[in-house]
Amino acid sequence: MNQKNIRNFSIIAHIDHGKSTLADRLLEETGTLTDREKADQFLDKMDIERERGITIKAQAVCLNYKADNGEDYTLNLIDTPGHVDFTYEVSRSLTACEGALLVVDASQGVEAQTLANVYLALDEDLEIFPVLNKVDLPGAEPERVKEEIEEIIGLDTSDAIVASAKEGIGIHDILERIVERVPPPQGDPSAPLKALIFDSWYDSYQGVVVMIRIVDGELKKGDKIELMASKGTYEVLKVGVFSPEATPCDALRAGDVGFMIAGIKVVQDAKVGDTITHLHRRADQALPGFKEVKPMVFSGLYPIDTSEYEMLRDALEKLQLNDAAISYEPENSMALGFGFRCGFLGLLHMEIIQERLEREFNIDLITTAPTVVYNVTTVKNELLRVDSANKLPEVQYIDKIEEPFILASIHVPNEFVGSILALCEEKRGVQREIKYLTESRVMIVYELPLNEIVMDFYDRLKSISRGYASLDYEHLDYRPSKLVRMNVMINGEVVDALSLIVHQDKAQLRGRDLVSKMKEFIPRQQYVVAIQAAIGGKIIARETVKALRKDVTAKCYGGDISRKRKLLEKQKAGKKRMKQIGSVELPQEAFLAILKVKE
Amino acid sequence: MSALYLHIPFCLSKCPYCDFYSRIPQSGDIERYVDALCLDLERSRAHYLGGKFSSVFFGGGTPSLLNAHQVARLLKVAERCYGFEREVEITLEANPGTLTAQQLSGFRQAGVNRLSLGVQSLDDKQLAWLGRRHSSQQAIAAVEMARCAGFDRLSLDLMFALPLQSLADLKAQCQRIRQLSPEHLSIYGLTVESGTPFAAQQQAGLWQLPDEEAYRDAYLYLHEQLTSSAYEHYEISNFAQSQQRCRHNYSYWQRQPYLGVGAGAHSFFANRYGERWACTDSVDAYYSAIDGQESPRWRIETFTKPQAMAEAVYLALRCKDGLDVQRFEKRYAMNFVQHFSGALKRCGAHVTLRDGRCSLDVEGWLLFNYLIEDFL
Repeated sequence: MNQKNIRNFSIIAHIDHGKSTLADRLLEETGTLTDREKADQFLDKMDIERERGITIKAQAVCLNYKADNGEDYTLNLIDTPGHVDFTYEVSRSLTACEGALLVVDASQGVEAQTLANVYLALDEDLEIFPVLNKVDLPGAEPERVKEEIEEIIGLDTSDAIVASAKEGIGIHDILERIVERVPPPQGDPSAPLKALIFDSWYDSYQGVVVMIRIVDGELKKGDKIELMASKGTYEVLKVGVFSPEATPCDALRAGDVGFMIAGIKVVQDAKVGDTITHLHRRADQALPGFKEVKPMVFSGLYPIDTSEYEMLRDALEKLQLNDAAISYEPENSMALGFGFRCGFLGLLHMEIIQERLEREFNIDLITTAPTVVYNVTTVKNELLRVDSANKLPEVQYIDKIEEPFILASIHVPNEFVGSILALCEEKRGVQREIKYLTESRVMIVYELPLNEIVMDFYDRLKSISRGYASLDYEHLDYRPSKLVRMNVMINGEVVDALSLIVHQDKAQLRGRDLVSKMKEFIPRQQYVVAIQAAIGGKIIARETVKALRKDVTAKCYGGDISRKRKLLEKQKAGKKRMKQIGSVELPQEAFLAILKVKE
Repeated sequence: MSALYLHIPFCLSKCPYCDFYSRIPQSGDIERYVDALCLDLERSRAHYLGGKFSSVFFGGGTPSLLNAHQVARLLKVAERCYGFEREVEITLEANPGTLTAQQLSGFRQAGVNRLSLGVQSLDDKQLAWLGRRHSSQQAIAAVEMARCAGFDRLSLDLMFALPLQSLADLKAQCQRIRQLSPEHLSIYGLTVESGTPFAAQQQAGLWQLPDEEAYRDAYLYLHEQLTSSAYEHYEISNFAQSQQRCRHNYSYWQRQPYLGVGAGAHSFFANRYGERWACTDSVDAYYSAIDGQESPRWRIETFTKPQAMAEAVYLALRCKDGLDVQRFEKRYAMNFVQHFSGALKRCGAHVTLRDGRCSLDVEGWLLFNYLIEDFL
């Protein structure tokens, strides 16, 4: 296909605003799927795969389209994940495009989630055009939503497309608009090969499948290639496109989007953002923007039932096949037994993994409070990287501790600026910049300790701004800080899995907060439960869960027996996921109490 | 052992703490209802295989709204269809406010040999607060009338843990109980059921239930007082003089079969690990099932072995006699102590294994719901 007839685009949309239905319609309209039935099948298959998490990120489809001007076009639709933890992956997917559809539900309006991706797309200089979806719904207010898009995002909506993916309204217009407005790719097909990896996943038959965008040059089966960042060299076994089934082709050329299989064994060897070039005709420079994705947040994962340790290890191994960003190593806790210290991109990534382990692998877990990686210099001048409070040496052996800082950009409607600034100050932030993007939207830039972000920052941000603040961050540097280990004692015994690293000035407050939150989560038991927070030998906070004194159903006769017994069974099921620590039963939530938002 | 429960879902007014279905009887309503009960008794014969009844219980609602003739008729049908054991216990629940001497002797003559009086309190202040229609004088008069009518088995229903009920109040009531000397007492801590007027009042902050400590104090005081004056505390909420336990309720706790007739009545069939059935709880739906020759009863639970085991333990531990370990092990072919080792450990000093029986002490009863969880 001639480059000038290729259009690479993505769809930016909030979760329920109809992205997958729209994608489905575009496939149908272009005849990529010939009939409804096939379309349903296609989506169903994707759903099952998504549920099983096998190709959770496989999202680039090639559409062939004959435009009204009579010419044939190849439209490559590239999908993106959507959360702050995956900002980097999203940015790479967007780099592979020249344009983006901004799909907004005509009754819901712009949602916070959409914004961060729009800004990323603007950063990549993408041509963005708005589509108002679900106009067939009775509550649709396309005019109001148009205004909102203009005001919040600053995008011209005078020619926004009004559509209903469900009813098939506006689909043709969208395709025409893509052809008209999205610029064709600019690449030199005869230059040395430069191909961008924007996604990869593991397939048990073919090894790693790599999604690529050819920027310059041409890639064929049999080519000897090199991955410029990870330095691996491979021979290409297959190239092709998804349309929507995997369809091999002879070659991918500058401007094309497709897949490559090259006998790569693990996803860690085909990192998102890496550049593929030819081994014998190398590009002098890799594509810009590659970042080594490193886990930033660590926490301990322990099976509640200690006999499920092996199961947990197998599950983590399986998840890692498809997720280059998680790491894990065995860890041992006095309180929780054998488990793993796992590294994640961020809090959401952690929650996703935790949920998948519980849902897909059926393992009940205790997750300990997340921590970042600290650089500790001992008095003997050794440098330690500490990713767990329990690995922090005793005070007398520490010369200095450094903690990671990030540069956080927060986009927010101006009415929330005051409270967001207060939050950033509370979190030990250093203000860099406050900028009015439009009359009503503000960008607040702060240097913040990552340690504060992984606690409750994001939840607080969302609750303060009623969901309208969006957060993006990049890593800055390590800075010396006064940090201490805070231990938590249950009935006088230190529970290692509850230890935290906190800033000295915040210790008192954190300690008080933590024990009072834990008190809420620990149900009353037969005996008194004392919860204490301590630094060194000094108790800084204490709460008591009073003993249960009375819990009895007075009446139990013929008709009531089933009902009352079932009530107790239900109550019991709710308490099943508790961990016995000494004589005390702690629920899962107690271990993550530190994360719970202060209301 | 096999029991019959007859449910009479009529009340002249609704008590503010009660969440049972009931309705105010219209003229002819009760007669029609008794007709339906008789038909239900006849037709259930084919399904109920529990054998002769060793106890019959008229519960409600307000069963004393029936006249003696109606009671006699129901008992006659029941006896004809199923048979009664020789020493059959026949209990009728009655409201002290509306009883007459004549009515009582009528019930006695009809075959009722045990009367359960819904006294609730022997303190006028508390009776008024509970929204009851009778006074403590009327309650005492009802006891005397019952004695005169020949009832030598009397049970009183009482409540404790009421707002503003002090230990001194309880003490005075215990004194009165000793004077009246009923053979049996059912004493319940007040529970606020959702959807009742009490629930709304409580939510509006009009009053507060006594806290856990006050509940405990009252419960332990009653236990102390009554066990030291010839009563046996034989179930969490029940006290009896020697040989005066309620056989009917005891058969519920032993998972013996029972047939329940009437709107809202439950039945338990003992085939395999047991089945529990329920009748529709509206009177009109009950009528239309009976009129339409349909069964008003449907199965709400079929027990598996583990469920049956759990329920057997759950019910037995509510009783002072506790669980007969050997019988249990034989019935379910398993080792009790081994199977429930964790749960038993949790009970700590509150559980006793002695003479082949496993039982909880009074403190254990106070934590019953908490301790029993691990057995379920």
